[in-house]
Amino acid sequence: MADNGDDDAQYRIKEGDYVVLKRGDIFKALQIQPRKKVIFEKQWFFLDKAVGHLYSTKFEILSGGNLQPKKPKEEESPADAKEAGTDNRHILDDGTSQKLTRDDIETLKEQGLKGQEIVQQLIENSSTFRDKTEYAQEKYIKKKKKKYENTVTILKPSCRSLAMMYHGREPGKICHLRYDTLAQMLTLGNIHAGSKVLVFETCAGLVLGSVMERMGGYGSVIQMYPGGGPVRAGVESFGFPAHFHDTLHDFPICHVNALLAGNLDTAAKDPCADEKQSNTVEGQNQPEAEPRGNPEEQSMETNAGDDTADQEKKEREKLKEAKVQGKRVKLEEKRKKLAAAASLLEGRNADGLIIASRFHPCPVLMVLLKFLSPSRPFVVYSQYKEPLIECYTKLKEQGGTVSLRLADTWLRHYQVLPNRTHPLLLMSGGGGYILSGTTVAADRAKPASSQRADEPAPKRLKVTDTEG
Amino acid sequence: MSFVEYNDFIQDGDVAIVYLGHDSLMPVKVQQGAQTQTRFGAIRHSTDLIGQRYGSKVTCSKGGWVQVLHPTPELWTVCLPHRTQILYTTDIATITMMLELKPGSVVCESGTGSGSLSHAILRTIAPTGHLHTVEFHQQRAEKVAEEFKEHRVDHLVTVRNQDVCKDGFGVSGVADAVFLDIPSPWEAVRHAKAALKRHGGRLCSFSPCIEQVQKTCQALADQGFEEISPLEVLLRVHDVRNIYLPLPDFGPDSGPDSCAPTEPDAKQQAPNHASVTLKTTTPPREIPGHTGYLTFATKPRT
Repeated sequence: MADNGDDDAQYRIKEGDYVVLKRGDIFKALQIQPRKKVIFEKQWFFLDKAVGHLYSTKFEILSGGNLQPKKPKEEESPADAKEAGTDNRHILDDGTSQKLTRDDIETLKEQGLKGQEIVQQLIENSSTFRDKTEYAQEKYIKKKKKKYENTVTILKPSCRSLAMMYHGREPGKICHLRYDTLAQMLTLGNIHAGSKVLVFETCAGLVLGSVMERMGGYGSVIQMYPGGGPVRAGVESFGFPAHFHDTLHDFPICHVNALLAGNLDTAAKDPCADEKQSNTVEGQNQPEAEPRGNPEEQSMETNAGDDTADQEKKEREKLKEAKVQGKRVKLEEKRKKLAAAASLLEGRNADGLIIASRFHPCPVLMVLLKFLSPSRPFVVYSQYKEPLIECYTKLKEQGGTVSLRLADTWLRHYQVLPNRTHPLLLMSGGGGYILSGTTVAADRAKPASSQRADEPAPKRLKVTDTEG
Repeated sequence: MSFVEYNDFIQDGDVAIVYLGHDSLMPVKVQQGAQTQTRFGAIRHSTDLIGQRYGSKVTCSKGGWVQVLHPTPELWTVCLPHRTQILYTTDIATITMMLELKPGSVVCESGTGSGSLSHAILRTIAPTGHLHTVEFHQQRAEKVAEEFKEHRVDHLVTVRNQDVCKDGFGVSGVADAVFLDIPSPWEAVRHAKAALKRHGGRLCSFSPCIEQVQKTCQALADQGFEEISPLEVLLRVHDVRNIYLPLPDFGPDSGPDSCAPTEPDAKQQAPNHASVTLKTTTPPREIPGHTGYLTFATKPRT
């Protein structure tokens, strides 16, 4: 089982891959496209230069946007001369300790000097460096390195890196959901391969993607979406293999009442899902559709209407067909998808529920809980505590749940260095709140001894069990 | 039932979790003909459990009732028999995400202890991953292996009874992630490095004391690990409460200008007993203030 050189292939960066760039604690998610100029942390380069290299490689950014893999052993500290002061009683801040001017540094950069060499120059031209304490010297070097070393690491995307990226760059887009809170949700929701999970989120698809990663393409995820169409930008960034998307379904939340009442008409076209959803579907189609040649389209026309059984190709076939036959077919497909998602929900036997949105969680939770089997976990996230207090109260009144817990987590990072260990100076103020619990069979008023009363429900539900 | 797969109905041989009330759970090995005593009376397995749906209410012999829940690693964690200190869900959740565990991951763990984290790892890496867990205490190793079998996850895990600091994990170049919860993790860092895949992987070490973290970080840096990041996660539970805040009596109201407090009608009706009721949360009187430091690191490609 030990890996040898041969299986390196699966770790190589390919064109079209979704990747995460990393420098220090800064992340950025991107797709590798030919000749695409990328700006990351004030540096520009061509990302496609990384194609063929291995994931987790650290690159040096060279002039002209080139990328050069860094040797692992280049990390030596540039300060060889181990000469240091003991305290700062003689160090004066007169602003003249650095002999190099801003222009000098610019010239060094233009000469194409490596970051490490510039740092070395700065040290040599600093009159106070030798008087600084050993610790202050290290701090100085670290600071300058951060500024002048132009490296970037290219990583395979993961829930960890993307959650940290969103939290660092765009917390507003993910309702300020901090990564440790997301971690709690996935665990408390018992998200694992083979289950059927409902997700309602307005976190750019980050929560949905994280759920899909934990399910590994086994089981099914039903995204309940508000408005015109599901938001999945964050899901794309995970770069899941195509078969993962076969397990992903979506259902507009505006049809939930009809579904629960048993009068959802999947045969007729639905106004709510139409307008904007068709927009998003088109939006996804177009870039893919353009480079496609004519022959392919013609061949498509000949077998249009055929239903390929092949699950692998189905999704792609679907898209092609839609393009050829126009909107009518597209609507037909959408109707089918809606019907498929509806049939998954109708059994009301889902295994988990995750809610993380900017909407008031209470009505969402109350209605979506109806789709869960008994003895299944659910997790509701909210940036604020008050709406979760309301959820808690309502659930207590209504019954049907146990182990209710309203909580949040507190995250503290540490700097651990010889003689300089302490918590980091800055910490996140809040990562949101979580209400979690477990469903139980609805409590009908019944004589204490008769378990018979429970029988009809399980039987009715069992019919749909075979689906998953 | 299985810890990695949901079933709807309770069967002979299952481990079911009996929910007795707030924060009170107990695991039950379901056996034809067996009985379990609870404070609400006895549960007869053949009639009360087998064939019933998970999540249903079961009436005990004294007329009280309990709920029977499907086992999950999280429920198991709060009711498992302790043979050691265990990791709780808050740390487990963080470890799972920061180690990037998912279906198919190969994980090395030591020590196994009471198996609290092991069950959570197994749930996450099933159906295609594998856990290699090392426990130097023979009795504990045997006991936990037995539990894995009972919980129908033994196909996903190998338990080795050896000293991880001396003998390592018993595998090399296969792991995507390594987890250490031992008194001297710095002595196992080189074994962790050997166990991880050649193209790299993630490591986590759990230690209660900062001196242990200090030594571990040093060892990690010496072995070429990167992104060394020690952190701490604590859970804060909020108890939902109705609270009553009495309003003081300022005496007879003289002018119309005097500002009426929040509930004017309540004040007028019963000036001596006026109060405001509101729904809020209170922190529990005592909370765990420290479990351990979690030190994460990345092994770069070698």
